[in-house]
Amino acid sequence: MASLKPDVSPEPAQFRVRRSDLVRYAGASGDFNPIHWSQRVATEVGLPGVIAHGMYTLGLAGRAVAEWAGGADRVVELGGRFTKPVVVPDDESGVVVEVAGEVKPTDTAGRLRIDLTVTCGEQKVLGMARAVVVHDG
Amino acid sequence: MPLAPDLAGREFPPTPPYDVSRSQIAAFADAIGADDPLHRDPEAAKAAGHPDVIAPPTFPIVVAFQAMTAFMADPDVGIELRNVVHSDQRFEVDRPIRAGDVLTAVISVESVRQAAGTALISTRSLIRTVDGEAVCTAYATLAHRAPEGD
Repeated sequence: MASLKPDVSPEPAQFRVRRSDLVRYAGASGDFNPIHWSQRVATEVGLPGVIAHGMYTLGLAGRAVAEWAGGADRVVELGGRFTKPVVVPDDESGVVVEVAGEVKPTDTAGRLRIDLTVTCGEQKVLGMARAVVVHDG
Repeated sequence: MPLAPDLAGREFPPTPPYDVSRSQIAAFADAIGADDPLHRDPEAAKAAGHPDVIAPPTFPIVVAFQAMTAFMADPDVGIELRNVVHSDQRFEVDRPIRAGDVLTAVISVESVRQAAGTALISTRSLIRTVDGEAVCTAYATLAHRAPEGD
């Protein structure tokens, strides 16, 4: 069981994202917007290439938070702003999204806030990303 | 067509009932690579105090997305889908979504702000079971670029 403490940063999590992951996420989420799987459509609308669903990236952030907090049922709040797209190339290596967190106390007993920094390469891809988790310590 | 001027404060009809299955939860967890046993193993979920397997924290987007899609497709709203970008998303969880839930979402527009030719439409989707139990509130901002010629 993870034990989060205020002002102690959990180990950052890295997630590799490939095109096939986006196709799988499209099916599981019901979001079939072609900018997440078609190079043609993505470039037609002015994107540098196929981009990950913002909700896929936020989903990875939620996965990291759940792992740090000791279970998906401990996440009571999660959100962020989709500031920069995660461009996913059509190759075997894809890209890596990193989720780092800073744990802060809250005014509510048994709750901790985690300020999230979500990056792809040097670029921050989520803004104002944070979670609140239940904590028994 | 411009955005409806009275959009702020409007509430839209509930989405059709959505049945959550164990398979859908597992497929969503697989898609984001979440290997938490609470998503797949009913016994592990029960041991943690849940009646059945629970969904990852961003799963409510599946129901919220249906509400947003119906809202954007409403001809009275005046949104052109290709001009919309999902600009932020936040979830406040009442309890985890679990297999066996039958869910519906009611979307309402909290505010509309204009910024440099873009309308920032703040929405709130209340996600409840068909029996009326609150499970999640999903907040989304949709950025709508003014169509050319307006």
